[in-house]
Amino acid sequence: MGSRASTLLREEEIEEIKKETGFSHSQITRLYSRFTSLDKGENGTLSREDFQRIPELAINPLGDRIINAFFPEGEDQVNFRGFMRTLAHFRPIEDNEKNKDPNSEPLNSRTNKLLFAFRLYDLDRDDKISRDELLQVLRMMVGVNISDEQLGSIADRTIQEADQNGDNSISFNEFIKVLEKVDVEQKMSIRFLH
Amino acid sequence: MSRLVFFTQTYSSMPCRALPRMAAGLNSVSERGLLLLLVMMFLASTVLPIGAASSPEMTTRNVKGGHDLHQEPHGSGHHNYTKKAFPVLSLDYSHVRIPFEISLWVLLASLMKLGFHLIPRLSSIVPESCLLIVVGLLVGGLIKVVGEDPPVLDSQLFFLCLLPPIILDAGYFLPIRPFTENVGTILMFAVVGTLWNAFFVGGLLYAVCQIEGTNLANVDLLACLLFGSIISAVDPVAVLAVFEEIHINELLHILVFGESLLNDAVTVVLYHLFEEYAGVGSVSVADVCLGVISFLVVALGGILVGTIYGVLAAFTSRFTSHTRVIEPLFVFVYSYMAYLSAEVFHLSGIMALIACGAVMRPYVEANISHKSHTTIKYFLKMWSSVSETLIFIFLGVSTVAGPHSWDWTFVTVTVILCLVARVLGVVGLTYIINKFRIVKLTTKDQFIVAYGGLRGAIAFSLGYLLDRVQFPKRDLFLTAIITVIFFTVFVQGMTIRPLVDLLAVKKKQETKRSINEEIHTQFLDHLLTGIEDICGHYGHHHWKDKLNRFNKKYVKKCLIAGERSKEPQLIAFYHKMEMKQAIELVESGGGVKLPSAVPSTVSMQNIQPKKSPPPAYERALPQISQGREEEIRNILRTNLQKTRQRLRSYNRHTLVA
Repeated sequence: MGSRASTLLREEEIEEIKKETGFSHSQITRLYSRFTSLDKGENGTLSREDFQRIPELAINPLGDRIINAFFPEGEDQVNFRGFMRTLAHFRPIEDNEKNKDPNSEPLNSRTNKLLFAFRLYDLDRDDKISRDELLQVLRMMVGVNISDEQLGSIADRTIQEADQNGDNSISFNEFIKVLEKVDVEQKMSIRFLH
Repeated sequence: MSRLVFFTQTYSSMPCRALPRMAAGLNSVSERGLLLLLVMMFLASTVLPIGAASSPEMTTRNVKGGHDLHQEPHGSGHHNYTKKAFPVLSLDYSHVRIPFEISLWVLLASLMKLGFHLIPRLSSIVPESCLLIVVGLLVGGLIKVVGEDPPVLDSQLFFLCLLPPIILDAGYFLPIRPFTENVGTILMFAVVGTLWNAFFVGGLLYAVCQIEGTNLANVDLLACLLFGSIISAVDPVAVLAVFEEIHINELLHILVFGESLLNDAVTVVLYHLFEEYAGVGSVSVADVCLGVISFLVVALGGILVGTIYGVLAAFTSRFTSHTRVIEPLFVFVYSYMAYLSAEVFHLSGIMALIACGAVMRPYVEANISHKSHTTIKYFLKMWSSVSETLIFIFLGVSTVAGPHSWDWTFVTVTVILCLVARVLGVVGLTYIINKFRIVKLTTKDQFIVAYGGLRGAIAFSLGYLLDRVQFPKRDLFLTAIITVIFFTVFVQGMTIRPLVDLLAVKKKQETKRSINEEIHTQFLDHLLTGIEDICGHYGHHHWKDKLNRFNKKYVKKCLIAGERSKEPQLIAFYHKMEMKQAIELVESGGGVKLPSAVPSTVSMQNIQPKKSPPPAYERALPQISQGREEEIRNILRTNLQKTRQRLRSYNRHTLVA
């Protein structure tokens, strides 16, 4: 598996991905072999069906949204670069990372992690989590046994706690503020083994 | 005070020597007067060996009763006894002596605790544990001056009565999330760290003893290693006592505290191993292998025993909806049984207790009433507080009492080696651990972890248990153990608070969890589980998700009564939060009287099972009558505006019939 993977992935590509995402060489090759194992059509890209074939994802309440997050706006296929770019959000933050490009933050910075999570709530991309969007997420997480009214009161309560400018929805800054006590660096990181 | 009253009354009816356990009903008598009288009694009975003349009314009543019981058999057998005047007042101290003294010690401990907090600046400079040891020293000195033998901290008493409440309190309220997230680190410190400490201290001590001129040459290697294993374990009681006061951040707290709990298995195995073979004089490789296996058995066995009892307790609590009053009893008794059962097999009692408390808690809390929950919480806190106080006082008293054999070299080398071993161990292990952690441990963290390695009463009790014949150097060991304990508790305990401030270590966040944090944390859990599945990486989230699913599907159905078994975590959290807020509102509202039934109707757990069950859809809504609803609205209207706004949303959706 390993040899086949590395012949299909050129060195320059690995270097580029390394620079963009910060993953190490071995991590990239490992994830590439995972990518190819998911790619049943063997055309170098993944479609939504490829993701849906993963059994655990089917029972995950947020499964569909996570899958959607991999696909750029309006497209149906994602290549390896895009796959890695999304996964880069979950790399642990290292203190000694040199910021090569002072203008843009690395993909796995705290803000970018939170932005990724925010975008999973905010489907219509209006930079606000509205009451309906929140209700949808709550409904997915809680299941079918709870009444709409009760979920509604939870949603109202949630928005009330977070909302500061009174627009009855949660903006990205309010979202960041609410989660300032949560250790996002740890909660949103996966230890990709070297 | 009033506990003593209850106690002396029960003693006359129960001939057994019951140790003071929880008193079900406390009558309040004129407490202060009784307090003073009893303190004077204590002083009188210990300082003046001549019988005290004064006696409070309560003991008289009992004494007369006891005396009456004596009279009958005497009276029937000896008819021709010369007739004495009928005794109106008599003194018979001997048959209440033991419970009386125990109660007095407990009383002394509690009064001391009271006293410390009344003195304004004292408790912020000196940790309570230090003050209590000093009190113990004073009391011990007082007793010695009088000529009596001060009592030593009996190991039986310590391990069977004083230690379990503290550990149960810790286990029941163990913050599961930080614990499981850091369990690898904690285990590394507990197992590898303790082993390292034991062998480092034991080995180097032996080397030092062999040096000419210290006349310690007859301390053999195994005795040294045994000593090393006793002294190397970080003590949960001392750590709790000191760390509770400095409010350090959750991660460091759970690291040091978790280590102190989990190293019990290592200590048990090492202690028994060296004790067995110290007589023989040599340890073979086979014995070491058996030791390793024994460690696994002790640790896993302890956890297994605890889990079984925990499940039993959870199962029992499912059926307690009609007998709410004894619910707390089940929690306490099952946990204590878990501890004792583990001790029967020489398994780790501490780990059994922790496992029992941690396993039973989510299910028991879903089943029991709010009042039982409060009862359990406060009883555990009370018992553990009293135990802790008693332990430290007894440490002080035992120091005065115990036979001491002071040897400068041995003791100072021990203290230095303990410190050095701890620092080296922590630094070395952190270097390895950081390779596997997402959030690395900084130097500051390492320093606090190393500095927080306090030794305490467990080390003393283990040393006290050593057989004098087999270990001729027992007194020397005890002295050294006490010195190390004093050093760590006084020096490290007192200086850790200013050091924490100086190094600007992150403190514990005091605010409660908001509903936002709860929702988003769960959201992130699902997200991370999904990403892990996509990467094919079976990490932390994957297994936690699997466990949660298993829990929801099978375990909750068995162990939680009624509809609560299907309640998602989020809803349970929301209900708890709303109820807490309603209660807080009432308390802050001052003179406003809220009908006491209101909070209970708001929660799902008090839905009467006898009522014909409405369809599950409606069950989720609390049923409140119109009149009640009006009352709530009126009361809340007189309180904060903002809250009214919040509760209006609650009203609109859930309270309108």
